[in-house]
Amino acid sequence: MRGFVKRALAYFHQDSSKFIPFLFLLALVALPPLAMVWESLSVFVESLCPILVFGVLVSGLHLVTGTTGALHLGVAGFMALGAYTFAILASPVYPFQLSWAIALCGSAVVGALSGLLLGIPTLRLRGDYFAIVSLGFGEIVQDALRNMEPLTKGTIGINPLPGPQFLENGFGAPLGKVGWFYLLLAMVWVAVGLIVLIERSSLGRSWAALRDDELAARCMGISVNRSKVYAMVLGSALCGVAGGLWASYLGATGEPGNYDLQISVVVLCGLILGGIGNIWGSILGVFIMVGFNSLVLTRLTTLLTEAGIVSSGSVITSPMNWKYIIFGLSLVVLMRFRPDGLFPASIRRTGRLADKLSRDEAVS
Amino acid sequence: MISLLFQQVLTGLANGGIIALIALGYTMVYGVVELINFAHGDVFMLGAFLALTIVGLLGAPFVAEHPALCLSLLFVVVPLGCGSINLLIDRLAYQPLRSAPRLVVLVSAIGVSYILLNIGLFWGGVPMEVFNGGVSASAPKDFPSLISSAPLLSNSDLYISFRDLFVFCVTIPLLISLSLLVNRTRFGRSMRAVAQDPIAAQLCGIHSDTVIRWTFFLGGALAGFASVVYALYNNTIFFQMGYRVGLDAFTAAVLGGIGSLAGACIGGLAIGLIRALSDQCIATSWTNAVVFSVLILILLFRPSGILGRSFREKV
Repeated sequence: MRGFVKRALAYFHQDSSKFIPFLFLLALVALPPLAMVWESLSVFVESLCPILVFGVLVSGLHLVTGTTGALHLGVAGFMALGAYTFAILASPVYPFQLSWAIALCGSAVVGALSGLLLGIPTLRLRGDYFAIVSLGFGEIVQDALRNMEPLTKGTIGINPLPGPQFLENGFGAPLGKVGWFYLLLAMVWVAVGLIVLIERSSLGRSWAALRDDELAARCMGISVNRSKVYAMVLGSALCGVAGGLWASYLGATGEPGNYDLQISVVVLCGLILGGIGNIWGSILGVFIMVGFNSLVLTRLTTLLTEAGIVSSGSVITSPMNWKYIIFGLSLVVLMRFRPDGLFPASIRRTGRLADKLSRDEAVS
Repeated sequence: MISLLFQQVLTGLANGGIIALIALGYTMVYGVVELINFAHGDVFMLGAFLALTIVGLLGAPFVAEHPALCLSLLFVVVPLGCGSINLLIDRLAYQPLRSAPRLVVLVSAIGVSYILLNIGLFWGGVPMEVFNGGVSASAPKDFPSLISSAPLLSNSDLYISFRDLFVFCVTIPLLISLSLLVNRTRFGRSMRAVAQDPIAAQLCGIHSDTVIRWTFFLGGALAGFASVVYALYNNTIFFQMGYRVGLDAFTAAVLGGIGSLAGACIGGLAIGLIRALSDQCIATSWTNAVVFSVLILILLFRPSGILGRSFREKV
């Protein structure tokens, strides 16, 4: 135990870009109890749930864009695949009716398989081409889901979908908002923990190497294509899980058009805002981005409408209609002045070896 | 059956010509700065709104009386406007990032695209008579049909109108003059030099920045022509069309081999044909999926497109 604490301290040591988001994620654990004391906080418990799903989604995107540097514009497609897989496996409308956890595993498997299928031919393309192919993949998934009517119920989507039974059985009551909050928060923690572990393995080091310099990595004997495909498979599996969680939380898959490019771009904005390559920062970045979109703008619109300042007739005065300009401007300004994001990934020293080297230097 | 197929091929080629014009803008900009200009499709969209605004300002009676004058006005003002917008975008969003990593510029381009999309949405809400075709700001707007769509061939199954021919009358001369510009003039030579190696070009006394700026202007102007032709041919415009048509055009540029002008033309026509044939033979709702599947398949076997040169990374 002491060894673990020591290593954890070393991980965050002098790295505020990891530590601040870490504190934020830790503070979220205390939100529901605090909401019981202060009633006004309880709104956040409910409205943060969808954002937590986006936290899982951004960790999937982080594995592809953050670690290998390939611009991925199709996470919404993988999310949709995960959502529909979960729906088909778990919904009472279909014959399978598997349990919640197994259906969620199904989402991960389908996400991983489609990531493999898409990744093998496309990841060896130049970076920009991968961007367009992944974008196209997102479009294909939407169209396919809309058109395969007997399987996916077309534009209606699949409903109803069950929540996690294991909690219902365990506690004897359906999962409340607080239960969902903790479940989704736990999922984010699991995703982040997995990524931190993988990044410390040889696979993670090969990703870091090929992000910094693909040619040099190849010269060092790293199989560039293979590690990229691994990143794609793992990332897509996480996106699939995010989709499954999303559908299960909403109780329905919704329309295929909901999983459009806008989701991919918002998540990408969050990733970049937080700092490409820093999973902790990316999670906080997506909280800021999605939170701004779904909490601040919506709240502002209702407030202004109630105050009578805004009428629904005019496009320009409604804050909701400004969101694309705000997204766009924030991207352009960020890239101009802080391309590494709010919490830039620090160039990691290679742990104990570097410490030893610097000690040796001091001795000699 | 044959005439139906021929009809679809004709429609496909007409739409393909428009797509080729936009694809040229992508491919030219990619050639000189190695950037996928995500905002290019939205420049095209703004061009269509500019055209509709001009028609609205002139007023329906005037337009009906002098269609030729109105058309020539559109074909002068809209390309100039789109070229200037593209120039402005380059100056504000891309030029400061010339030496930054490619991902950074690409993300900036996505940002610009979103800003332009929002401007298009607001533009649709302008209180003007022509914009009330769709009442809400985001609804598609009707573009008045300035060119006759009466069939030219009587007693035949084939339906060809002057409007179909008009698309070719605009695109083919444009493509020829562009090819002359690039291959026969001093500016074209400097453009090709910058595309090949910006630093070497600069050493030879070519002002790379100016060439890049003019390339952006030229690409924007081509998108402007495309937007007028598109509006006249399809008679409806909407603020998300930059994304839809731009995606097709970008696919066309990649399909033909990005950076290659002839490739962009071939790719554009190919995408137009594929779309039309897929509409006819498969189903309209599958068309987008078909286009992207073709793209993925082609990239699988020819990673640098139909006419693109494959290159090896040098140390």
